[in-house]
Amino acid sequence: MSSTNATVSAPVMPMHDPKGGLIVALNATLRRDLTLMLRRRGEVLNPLVFFALVITLFPIGISPDPQLLAVIAPGLLWVAALLAALLSLDSLFRSDYEDGSLEQLLLAPQPLAALGLAKVAVHWLLTGLPLALMAPVLGIMLALPAGSYLVLALSLALGTASLSLIGAIGAALTVGLARGGVLLSLLVLPLYIPILIFGAGAVQAAIMGDGVTAHLAILGALLAMALMLSPWAIAASLRISING
Amino acid sequence: MSLCLQARQLACERDDRWLFEGLDLDIQRGEIVRIEGPNGSGKTTLLKILSGQLSDYHGELYWNGALMRETREHFLANLLYLGHAPGVKSGLTPLENLAWYQALSGDQGSEEQREEALAKVGLRGFEDVPAGQLSAGQQRRIALARLTLTPRALWVLDEPFTAIDRDGVAALETQLVAHAKAGGCVLVTTHHELTASPVLRRVQLG
Amino acid sequence: MWAFINKLRSPKWFYAISAKLQPWFWALAALLLITGTVWGLAFAPADYQQGNSFRIIYVHVPAAFLAQSIFVSMAITGVVFMVWKIKIADMAATVMAPLGAAMTFIALFSGAVWGVPTWGTWWMWDARLTSMLILLFLYLGVIALRGAFSSRDSGSRAASVLAMVGVINIPIIKYSVDWWYTLHQPATFTITGRAAMPLEMWAPLLIMVLGFYSFFIGLTLMRTRSEILRREASKRWVRDLIEESR
Repeated sequence: MSSTNATVSAPVMPMHDPKGGLIVALNATLRRDLTLMLRRRGEVLNPLVFFALVITLFPIGISPDPQLLAVIAPGLLWVAALLAALLSLDSLFRSDYEDGSLEQLLLAPQPLAALGLAKVAVHWLLTGLPLALMAPVLGIMLALPAGSYLVLALSLALGTASLSLIGAIGAALTVGLARGGVLLSLLVLPLYIPILIFGAGAVQAAIMGDGVTAHLAILGALLAMALMLSPWAIAASLRISING
Repeated sequence: MSLCLQARQLACERDDRWLFEGLDLDIQRGEIVRIEGPNGSGKTTLLKILSGQLSDYHGELYWNGALMRETREHFLANLLYLGHAPGVKSGLTPLENLAWYQALSGDQGSEEQREEALAKVGLRGFEDVPAGQLSAGQQRRIALARLTLTPRALWVLDEPFTAIDRDGVAALETQLVAHAKAGGCVLVTTHHELTASPVLRRVQLG
Repeated sequence: MWAFINKLRSPKWFYAISAKLQPWFWALAALLLITGTVWGLAFAPADYQQGNSFRIIYVHVPAAFLAQSIFVSMAITGVVFMVWKIKIADMAATVMAPLGAAMTFIALFSGAVWGVPTWGTWWMWDARLTSMLILLFLYLGVIALRGAFSSRDSGSRAASVLAMVGVINIPIIKYSVDWWYTLHQPATFTITGRAAMPLEMWAPLLIMVLGFYSFFIGLTLMRTRSEILRREASKRWVRDLIEESR
């Protein structure tokens, strides 16, 4: 080794201190994922089409009677939106895993939890939020009673954010598995139940004319908790998955 | 300033099989270290451990004399790792790919820098073509452009010569030597014979 | 404390110590389960509303207790495995998961059987049964995730993370399901609905609960021991052990 040390006489490669620049990195990650998703519009549209399709199935499978539909509409809309959000989760980290970007994300001199959160934010922006905006239209088709449309969209917007966060843990755990899709649903759906209860509950309360603030507040609290805890779980899971 | 990566009594057990045991390693400025060994001897695993991706190893890693897990941020800020997969998004153009990598290190960078780096790896004229339309070798070159774009002292390269044509191989090899001469260090696995490297050191696994 | 943790690192030590502990738990379990069963089935008074069918709580409640405790233990062993890299903890978690799933299933099944004379149906979306059903899915998820990895180490870590995520969610699930149930249905019979249970009824229940726990500890020790042998099969001390027993 002493022989090699002798070669060090030329200019010396500088060392860098960690620069920070988390905001720059987060911005770039958000923009990159948004660009990628918007270039594959089909993938953004698929969950929405799925949502509409599932909602179409219910009147056909049960009954076109508006009165009956109005009773079950809050639950149907919420379950269908939840499944639609689940559908797109599997691809959240998969392409990054396959092309090696995930390794690079792990090695960035930035907290992985924050970068993961940026990816989840994009997922919510392009699935949860559109689903929430689209739900009132489908609500009309299910004869959802008036006065609950805003609550439906609001509860879905809040709830799907938690769904994306919790679901991302499952996606991170299964990203290294060849057929992780079905397993992902098995892992994630039980954890979705509280959000479904309070989300659909909010819409039902709005229909009954009860106050909905309590429901929305609980959904908000669940989201706050998911925001605090799931980035760490996502980061830990990604590190496990990269081990193979 | 000192630069060194040390491993002491490094051992890795994968599902009750020891990939390697009792490995001592010192990598210093100006060195090119090539990890050698047959397939399945744990070369990639070793590189992943040394680049701080895997945590299930025995032994200790030191970065500039301090425990690596305590200086992880400083270590990552000086590390450039290229793995088996190039880490290039096929939906993005080479410029966009590089912009993300530059931003990951907290640096906005400029379009001129990135164009220059791409020109250096022979991708002039392909700056705005989606990477998915480029060949495997060209995609690998996008990844290699990071070597000039984001200057880091420690390069950990897993099979960097894969899919690259002969001219590219020669250019990369020159670049490795230049990096070592400039006081950086390179840790590499490859089946390719490094001919032009006077400072090569070999570590045998398996 | 640290000495103990360091000892836990050695599967060999655990294998030896658990051999000594195991018979005590089996004996205790047998004693408690026999006493509790005889007392509960033959001597405890019948319920004034439910008659003799209430006696199923002597299986249902201990199973439900264990179902929840085992999940918590799995999360704790998961933390121990992730933080201190103690393999014994992961081996215990591996063998506990199917046990917990089985206990959850027993709790569900006994609840369904109890439902027939009480509700006139095998299944009601009762809060407790619903939570139990979700818990069963959580168990199945952990078991499936562990099995899905080709590398056992990664599977162990993934299962540990999932168990931790699950254990944080269990109380949330439980409370939200309780809330959902009270919202949708006026409180009907629940299997352990009433607070005031006379001593003659709950004493055997307590004995049964303790008996189930001893049984669980005994079985976990036993199964962890075989897991140790399975995973350490290539190690010298296991080979020596096999030589000796020949």
